[in-house]
Amino acid sequence: MSMQTGVVTSPKQLRSYAPETDVSVASPAPRVETAPSRPVAAQRNLRTEPGPVRFIIITLAVAFLSVFVVLPLVVVFASAFSKGVGAYLAALAEPEALSAIRLTLLVAAISVTLNLVFGVIAAWAISKFDFAGKTLLVTLIDLPFSVSPVISGLVFVLLFGAQGYFGPWLQSHNVQILFAVPGIALATVFVTFPFVARALIPLMQEQGTQEEEAAISLGASGLQTFFRVTLPNIKWGLLYGVLLCNARAMGEFGAVSVVSGHIRGETNTMPLLVEILYNEYQFVSSFAIASLLAMLALITLVVKTILERRLDEGEAVDGD
Amino acid sequence: MAIEVRNIVKKFGSFAALDNVDLKVADGELLALLGPSGSGKTTLLRIIAGLDWPDSGEVAIDGENALSRGASERQVGFVFQHYALFRHMTVFENVAFGLRVQPRAIRKDEATIRARVKGLLDLVQLDWLANRYPSQLSGGQRQRIALARALAIEPRILLLDEPFGALDAKVRKELRQWLRSLHNEIHVTSIFVTHDQEEALEVANRVVVMDKGRIEQIGTPGEVYDNPATAFVHGFIGESIVLPVDVSGDGVRLDGRPLDIAAQGAAPGAARLFVRRHDMAIAPAGAGPFEGAIRHVRSFGPIQRAEVALSGNEGRTVIEIDAPRDRELQAGEIISLQPRRYRIFAAQD
Repeated sequence: MSMQTGVVTSPKQLRSYAPETDVSVASPAPRVETAPSRPVAAQRNLRTEPGPVRFIIITLAVAFLSVFVVLPLVVVFASAFSKGVGAYLAALAEPEALSAIRLTLLVAAISVTLNLVFGVIAAWAISKFDFAGKTLLVTLIDLPFSVSPVISGLVFVLLFGAQGYFGPWLQSHNVQILFAVPGIALATVFVTFPFVARALIPLMQEQGTQEEEAAISLGASGLQTFFRVTLPNIKWGLLYGVLLCNARAMGEFGAVSVVSGHIRGETNTMPLLVEILYNEYQFVSSFAIASLLAMLALITLVVKTILERRLDEGEAVDGD
Repeated sequence: MAIEVRNIVKKFGSFAALDNVDLKVADGELLALLGPSGSGKTTLLRIIAGLDWPDSGEVAIDGENALSRGASERQVGFVFQHYALFRHMTVFENVAFGLRVQPRAIRKDEATIRARVKGLLDLVQLDWLANRYPSQLSGGQRQRIALARALAIEPRILLLDEPFGALDAKVRKELRQWLRSLHNEIHVTSIFVTHDQEEALEVANRVVVMDKGRIEQIGTPGEVYDNPATAFVHGFIGESIVLPVDVSGDGVRLDGRPLDIAAQGAAPGAARLFVRRHDMAIAPAGAGPFEGAIRHVRSFGPIQRAEVALSGNEGRTVIEIDAPRDRELQAGEIISLQPRRYRIFAAQD
């Protein structure tokens, strides 16, 4: 770790790095004979940072995490329950809250499903085939990550709004996209597109095409190969992508805010409702909804950790 | 089943992986495709399997045009260098895969599939591993399972791509003999790719030596070793002493000195003389075409390997010879050398 920082300020520090290699290399070099005569404490200092330095680094990290991550989380739950459990449950039972929860679940379900399909297809194409423009496609997949979500929402307003490219046509055919579920779903799909594809591309590239070739030479059709060989091999990566995609879909604010129109009880998702209630000084209701999103985040974290372990195991398994 | 390959050309960009290759494999043969990396041997194997497609040419399996069928329809068993076992399936399911994906009309019932998989696992002597996963097996075990899996579909031909390439030397030797005896047992026409000459000579009935997308020589192991057709084959198979010589009307010269050996019909001009290390015999003083000073001797097993600096060219031409141990050689000794067998190839060969 200390080597990575690459900052060696004093000759004393320089010296403390150098013998590290000598100590760790277990060779019967003459140097080993002199090693036991050194005081043990001095040896320990060579292997790691001095005690005070370690203490300061650890304290800084813990303090930072407490202030910026743990504290806000505690505040969310504390505010949500500030008027008691009854008030908390009542806030969640409000029709507006229920409608927001339903809409959020619906939008998440739509965008996760679509991105699951698109993501697998895109990752499949990129990792198993060679074609012109592949690099461009890989770059484009990341576009939603690099563009501000507000811009992502605006794009759909420009496309489907009353003054947009498809606006007049849509109006004459009585199709409502903006300020309705389709618009919210579209914006969410756009913003969350990279998650599944990003999770799968490196995994599928690393696995290569040999198992697929083996399946085909054994007489399997393309579909059989996909469902019996490819899909089982990527299932943990796929779940990982879906999990992150879902978390973002439920939590998305910027893009959805632009296309939603904020129609109460109709086009407000949970994050939007949190803001509205907060602006109306309904702190308990606002934080109650927020606490649901916070819980989603915590659950996501736990599942993500489990999946990451599974993925690591999978990798350890193929390396021979 | 016999395999016939005609005029196959395959280019990757401007690089010709296969340059007009013709090959006939007889029914029941065990053939080795031998060559350095980049010689096109794996590409040829993949084209026969249907995993790659040639730019032009024909492939026939049992007289039938194979190029009109995809890989899944050719009924070709393919064994990959890195096994390519399905990592999420048990050994049993790996071997059963080819039987389970058959079209419903011809698919066997579960009991038949089980019996067949059991039989194959017995054949490769690994029935006790049926419920393990590939990651729990050693390299040699994985390779045998990969072979059992390929045999499950009753392949018309069996293709093996560097089957022992990823294994350590000892396991390799065991598996070689095992493959040889397995082939004697089941007699399916088999082609295996290798860059290891010892493996090719030890296992195959016939060896196809390839270089730069062309076939250099086809023959039995004895033929390619004893009568190499080209300079490449002589240099690639077995260890050779190679000396640059000049061929002219009145004989062969080394470093401007005439050598008392025949030109073997090599065209006048620059040429290369090839002699096996063990074919360079020690002759009575002054009796051989070569003379040199021993610089260094190492003895192991039945031979002593001597480094000899030839006279002429200021002693800068140094060769290694393998001599039997009946006469102990000493460093500093001057010896005469007489090649028992040798070949001369014009330099452009």
